[in-house]
Amino acid sequence: MAVKSKQSKEPGLSSAAPDALESVGPASAAEAVKQIHSRPNVAILIILGGIVALILGIGVSVTFGARDIRFVEVWLAVFQYNPDLTDHQVIQELRLPRVLGCVLVGSSFAVAGAILQGMMRNPLADSGLLGLNSGAGFALAVCFAFFPGLSYSYLVLVCFIGAALSAMFVFALGSIAKGGLTPVRLVLAGAALSALLTALSEGIALYFRIGQDLAFWYAGGVAGTRWIHLKVMAPWIALAIAGAIALSRSITLLSLGEDVAKGLGLRSGFTKFMGTVIVIVLAGSAVSAVGAVSFVGLLVPHFARKLVGVDYRWIIPTSAVLGAVLVVLADLAARTVRPGFETPIGALIALIGVPFFLYLANKERREL
Amino acid sequence: MGEYIRLKSPEELAKRKRNIIVLVILSAAIILAFMASMNTGFIRLSPMDLVRTLFGEGTAQQNLILYEFRLPRIVISILIGAGLALSGCVLQSISRNALADAGIIGINSGAGFMILMYVAFFPTITVASAFVLPVLAWVGGGVAALLVFTMSYRRHRGLSSNRLILNGIALNSGISAATIVITLRISPEQYQFVATWMAGSIWGKDWKFVWALLPFICILLPYVYLKSQTVNVLSLGDSLAKNLGAAVSREQLLLLGAAVGLAGSCVAVSGSIGFVGLIAPHLAKRLVGQRYQILLPTTVLTGSLLVLVADTLGRWVFQPSEIPTGIVVAVIGAPYFLYLLVRSKG
Repeated sequence: MAVKSKQSKEPGLSSAAPDALESVGPASAAEAVKQIHSRPNVAILIILGGIVALILGIGVSVTFGARDIRFVEVWLAVFQYNPDLTDHQVIQELRLPRVLGCVLVGSSFAVAGAILQGMMRNPLADSGLLGLNSGAGFALAVCFAFFPGLSYSYLVLVCFIGAALSAMFVFALGSIAKGGLTPVRLVLAGAALSALLTALSEGIALYFRIGQDLAFWYAGGVAGTRWIHLKVMAPWIALAIAGAIALSRSITLLSLGEDVAKGLGLRSGFTKFMGTVIVIVLAGSAVSAVGAVSFVGLLVPHFARKLVGVDYRWIIPTSAVLGAVLVVLADLAARTVRPGFETPIGALIALIGVPFFLYLANKERREL
Repeated sequence: MGEYIRLKSPEELAKRKRNIIVLVILSAAIILAFMASMNTGFIRLSPMDLVRTLFGEGTAQQNLILYEFRLPRIVISILIGAGLALSGCVLQSISRNALADAGIIGINSGAGFMILMYVAFFPTITVASAFVLPVLAWVGGGVAALLVFTMSYRRHRGLSSNRLILNGIALNSGISAATIVITLRISPEQYQFVATWMAGSIWGKDWKFVWALLPFICILLPYVYLKSQTVNVLSLGDSLAKNLGAAVSREQLLLLGAAVGLAGSCVAVSGSIGFVGLIAPHLAKRLVGQRYQILLPTTVLTGSLLVLVADTLGRWVFQPSEIPTGIVVAVIGAPYFLYLLVRSKG
């Protein structure tokens, strides 16, 4: 198998399962090494298949909508754009940016979740559950109230700041707390932080009467995505995902536990810092475009880990592709459930995400 | 009542004295907050005017302001504080989880969902709704709580307190997703009502809401107090409680019902106010210790004080506009919660 060549270079990598290490005692560690390893072949297949599915999804999503447009017409609109035709305008100005927005946002949330889960060795980590999304949301609410009409390229930066403050806060709590934060306590801290920030945002919304603007935004809506958003967002997200892939080897090592990672010569502080910065950029830019969508970052990395094994060099690209597919499909579903009426994708994804979260939280394995 | 016959050691007497002092100070603080709250609003009344009006010698205008506008709201704040705090205290005891609270385990959002449904399908808020809403909130909160508890219950192992909270958080986000879907369908006016409700604004400012709330509080408060010995025993843990002869599952279910009843009826009138049920019992525990016979009354007073102060602050800070009480409580409560989280050991 292709794993062999890698095993010689990075000993111990193939046993890199956060859950495996915790659930399996040292006695059966050898067994775990045999059972759990990464599957690069599968990963490449899934990534390629995912990209094909993604392209198909984009095609369907662009073709389908309130206005009936034939596929040939869609093809022409994309590749031989004629600004005089309304159909072409609908495709170019509304549907294409929207679907591409879904792609970017989906991969951002998924990769952010994957990095957080690997870095913190916490199966319940997700930028939404940890309060990063609501931090960005709060920053946005402040912005809408005090600096209305700020251009989007600044809004993105504001979201970064909000997400960064939340992240700093949660990590600081983790370091103050006796014995660190266990998964449950981390989720609790995130929930409390979210409650606080949401309360403050609500207060601002009620006081400045911007509730209607914020409500849809809270629910997660991609309907408003335009080319201008994509232009601002895409470079940030591309850079961050590239950074994540560059960092993925170190994240795999961190997922073995900090002591092991240090023993293998990893500068864990640097990796954690870079990982956090990447997560903040990803979550911040995604939130600035669609609002606080939770659970993508929880669902997708778990799914990816099940499919491709525990090596983050494969988990991260797989998550990026699968996250994009999930959000594109969720958006398609959101428009199909009741045509002509926008069901927010955040709510739709939560409907899948909540049962999954319940499953994770209730697994008999051990007390979290 | 056996303990009154027992000989009391000096320490015990000192402790009892201390507890009584705590209760007296809390009551005094509530009265102070009550006076301050009476005085907060567009039209100022001097303390003398206030006292005079309370004794029935005010002008017609003063009577109107005090008895029709301010007094009902203050009474409601006090009742809500008492109910939410008590329900939190009971939930913490039966789940043996210091972080349990009606808001966290999903009672508030369950109740909120039912209210939203009612508002979405019966757009006008009539007199009847003052009495229908508590019942609906009760049903919604009860279903949510029952779901969370059954999901967290394992045969032979009893209730898992961590699962309880995780499941509660999950259910909360599920319900709020469903809530958002419905919210976007309703008209702007209805939306304004629901949004204000969700933020925990005490919207029932009429005597009729007091009458709607009072029966629940009047029945459940004494009921829980009479059960305080059972609560004591249950907080020791399932196996110990069983050995002491308590019918654990039955008592848990009864007390859960009481807690849901208290929280649900309060939430129906007040909107979704979180964290009261969390903070008040903790503060009370610090003041008087773990015995529920004294802890429950202290919790009730602390909760009332907390909501009354939060409501007054919410009306006072940004005059003439108002901040919903729930937001004020969250701003005080969430940091305290985080502090508890950091302090407590894994």
